[in-house]
Amino acid sequence: MEYPIPFSRYQEHMREGRFVGVRCGACGSVLFPPRAVCPECGGRAFSETELKGEGIIRTFTVIRVPPEGRKAPYTIVMVELSEGPYVLGNLLGLNPEEVGMELIGKRVLMKPQPVAGDLLLRGEFLVPGFYLV
Amino acid sequence: MREVAVLGVAMNRFGVSQKTNLEMFTEVGLEAIERSGLEPKDIQALFLGCCLGAFEEGQAHIAPFAHSELGLPTGSPAVLMECACATATVSIRNAALLVAGGVYDFVLAGGTERATLMGTPLATRTFAMASHSYYESTVGITFPGVFALAAHMYAAKYGIGLPELKRHMAEVAVKNHKHALLNPKAHFQKEIDVETVLNSMMVADPLQLYDCCPFSDGAAAVVLARADRAKEFVKKPIYIIGMGQAACGALSLQRDLTVVKARVEAARQAYSQAGIGPEDLDVVELHDCFTIAEILAIEALGLYEFGKGYEAATKGETALGGKVPVNPSGGLKAKGHPIGATGAAQVVEIVEQLREEAGERQIPGAKIGLVDTLGGDFGTVCNIILRR
Repeated sequence: MEYPIPFSRYQEHMREGRFVGVRCGACGSVLFPPRAVCPECGGRAFSETELKGEGIIRTFTVIRVPPEGRKAPYTIVMVELSEGPYVLGNLLGLNPEEVGMELIGKRVLMKPQPVAGDLLLRGEFLVPGFYLV
Repeated sequence: MREVAVLGVAMNRFGVSQKTNLEMFTEVGLEAIERSGLEPKDIQALFLGCCLGAFEEGQAHIAPFAHSELGLPTGSPAVLMECACATATVSIRNAALLVAGGVYDFVLAGGTERATLMGTPLATRTFAMASHSYYESTVGITFPGVFALAAHMYAAKYGIGLPELKRHMAEVAVKNHKHALLNPKAHFQKEIDVETVLNSMMVADPLQLYDCCPFSDGAAAVVLARADRAKEFVKKPIYIIGMGQAACGALSLQRDLTVVKARVEAARQAYSQAGIGPEDLDVVELHDCFTIAEILAIEALGLYEFGKGYEAATKGETALGGKVPVNPSGGLKAKGHPIGATGAAQVVEIVEQLREEAGERQIPGAKIGLVDTLGGDFGTVCNIILRR
């Protein structure tokens, strides 16, 4: 068995500015981040699929007390992508002091956002960043 | 499967400890063994919870050291368990399964944690290790952050104004602090009011400092035994009549954070095995790591319909003297939350309630109680139902 899209390749796709997940051959569900077993139907045959990066904010928070090594405040959103998957990311381009319940339901566009790793997870990573449309 | 009984139980005072994880667990372990009318040589296995010992004290593989501190026989294995905040409950469930299965007759289970040593920034980081490391921790999610996401989603889903929901959430903290005043083992012995919560610093919107449980040090231990021999050792054995445990993946897979799916399934297993329903419970110790967490828990445990639990504390229904007392110990919120020990301390409280040994916070005539512990970002839930 070969893991469909390992994290390292997911990161390569992000560096190219692309969000690539997998589509389940059995039920058609799109999985992003990519996985090896479909959580909807248990399917294990996938094709790669590129996501548009469009979605809707389903919930959010502003982190005020950060983990060691990060600077607060910053905003985290959970977004439902137009292809179906939910994903966690950072809301950018908006002052965290100015966000509230009105964010929920807002349309966003996903762009790769660099973050630094730390002593526990070393490296530099790209994570989903979101901008209000 | 054999019936399983709880013999002796013990916990220390939660808070800030100068003692090491091993020293704390040795104290409570020996107390639990002694209260069981047993000697360390009688214990056939140790299941020990300690989530972050490596970061607190640079200690990995702590279980064999606890084993030798306690003077257990070399032939009795010692296993470190880790299921984030549900660690000790999972330790107890696994110990109980092995007693039920006839592998062991007498087992010690519990946990120890010294979270305060880390300080807030490192503790916040290491607690966040229990989120999906590559795909979710990298965006900077914290544990208050996870429950903050759930709180905003709850307000939006049920159409409750956030200020209104926050006042009801604050009432959960007020209630659990009030309960803790009656518990000499609690981390906090301080009465608060709704304004205390709403005026405290913001941790992760909408959760403020007093919506959050503290980082705590503490240890708790229980001895489990085959039920048919329990009365040889203690006057009031307490019986495990139902257990459940379930698992879920990353937050992005869970989607609706107002319904903890692992809890729905774990509770279903436990109620089904016990042959009872939520209406039969006299006392509940559940996972109130944040005020919103208690609301999510009373709903998924079937004490309230989904979307209806948020007013329970405000109405006094979950307070001592209410319809179903929830967290008479003060809960994680005020008794404290040394994560590796928390579930065992919940079992200690239920056992003391069912033995009518809970002092000023005794629920008169309590016969059946439930323990509910959640690990990580809703990844593990473990439930244990006990009866006198």
